[in-house]
Amino acid sequence: MQITRGMRLTQAKEYVAGKLGVSLMDLSDPVVMLDVRKERGLGSSTEAGEILFVDDPVGLEAKFHIAELLDIPVNSVERFTAMTTGRG
Amino acid sequence: MEHSIPTRMGDGALVFLTPSEIEAAIRDGVAAAVKRAKVEPLTEDEIAHLRDIFSSRSRFSAVDIGDEVTLSYDGCGSQDMGTRVNDLQYYEQYLCADSVELYHQNYSFKPAKAVLGLEQTTMRQAQYLITAPCGYGAMPDLGLYTVPDGPLANWSQLLPLGKVAEARAAQEEAVELAVDDIVHVAASMAEAGADFIDLDTAGAAGDADFLAALKAISRIRARFPDLGIQIGMASEFVLGMHGELEYDGVRLAGLWPREQMKLAAKAGVTIFGPAINVNTGKTVAWNVARTIAIVKQCCEESTVPVHLNGGMGVGGVPMHVLPPGDAVSRASRSAVDILRLDGL
Repeated sequence: MQITRGMRLTQAKEYVAGKLGVSLMDLSDPVVMLDVRKERGLGSSTEAGEILFVDDPVGLEAKFHIAELLDIPVNSVERFTAMTTGRG
Repeated sequence: MEHSIPTRMGDGALVFLTPSEIEAAIRDGVAAAVKRAKVEPLTEDEIAHLRDIFSSRSRFSAVDIGDEVTLSYDGCGSQDMGTRVNDLQYYEQYLCADSVELYHQNYSFKPAKAVLGLEQTTMRQAQYLITAPCGYGAMPDLGLYTVPDGPLANWSQLLPLGKVAEARAAQEEAVELAVDDIVHVAASMAEAGADFIDLDTAGAAGDADFLAALKAISRIRARFPDLGIQIGMASEFVLGMHGELEYDGVRLAGLWPREQMKLAAKAGVTIFGPAINVNTGKTVAWNVARTIAIVKQCCEESTVPVHLNGGMGVGGVPMHVLPPGDAVSRASRSAVDILRLDGL
């Protein structure tokens, strides 16, 4: 939210919490957010065992979900989409 | 009799001061900021809060739960283990960086241009593996355009000879060359998937260096409306190596963070990073108080997120290759608590 929208932190936290359906305190609670990230496919720490199954999103895959969830343009997602659309 | 508290000097050395001595250093740091930067002093509550933070004997100090801020990094990785992409993964997975930044070892836009194909390929590979925003960073570094590294006359050699007009002309020419290079690299990295561009250590060569950054940002923003653009300043005060350069009608020489922020926001940045120098002969408490007083109004009035530069020799963090965690955490917590920063 800060990088692409230039949104200040308080506003950005409220926006993200609203989109995720969690409280502001939940955003920095690793216990709550592990489940939220897992459920919504937002990617995470491989060390914490969050990436266990073959369809758990990692890297750019998770970024697609983040862009859609937060309704923001993410350059890498848009570039990947442009490069793969219409091929084959 | 007061107990002595272990605290740090601006060079990282451990010293023992009483709470009263720490408070005196804080008040002196605020006074130094008011005198030099013409800013308002901190309130009594803010000074008392700093005294509390620096009078603790704990190894680490931290913000309250729920008050955490984002952490952005210039130049991620030391490039001495694995690949540069491994460095980015490490910062994301193990250091919990909120954004990561690919960089070339030379860390300037001019040399990055010469290896752009490699930089683009590496960025593209990184984007497949990283979930955190992944950008590309470098310095405007105007000095690289002068002899013996570049084509232009060297103003650092011309000025001592009294050749002011020639020195100014060389700087004006360097601005245009740098802007072209920065925009070219930024556009190429955006094409490779970069989520943001970081113009770091902007203004290192003075007002012409800052002008090059602002003009480049303006052109990048016009071409890429949604691309993140971060600027990190070189120091607290824009040096007047030229002296007469302006951006949007504002003279750049002598600008402090509040005015730097306004121009950077107008040019099109999404994140502004003020850099306040550390005095190694003063305590960390003195430096933190001075830093916060200088940046406070900038943070209050900013229309874009502010990520205070906090690292070796800036933002109250000791000028040492291994800044002690007790000092780094106190400097960071103090700035977040009082300035309500958007990030560090």
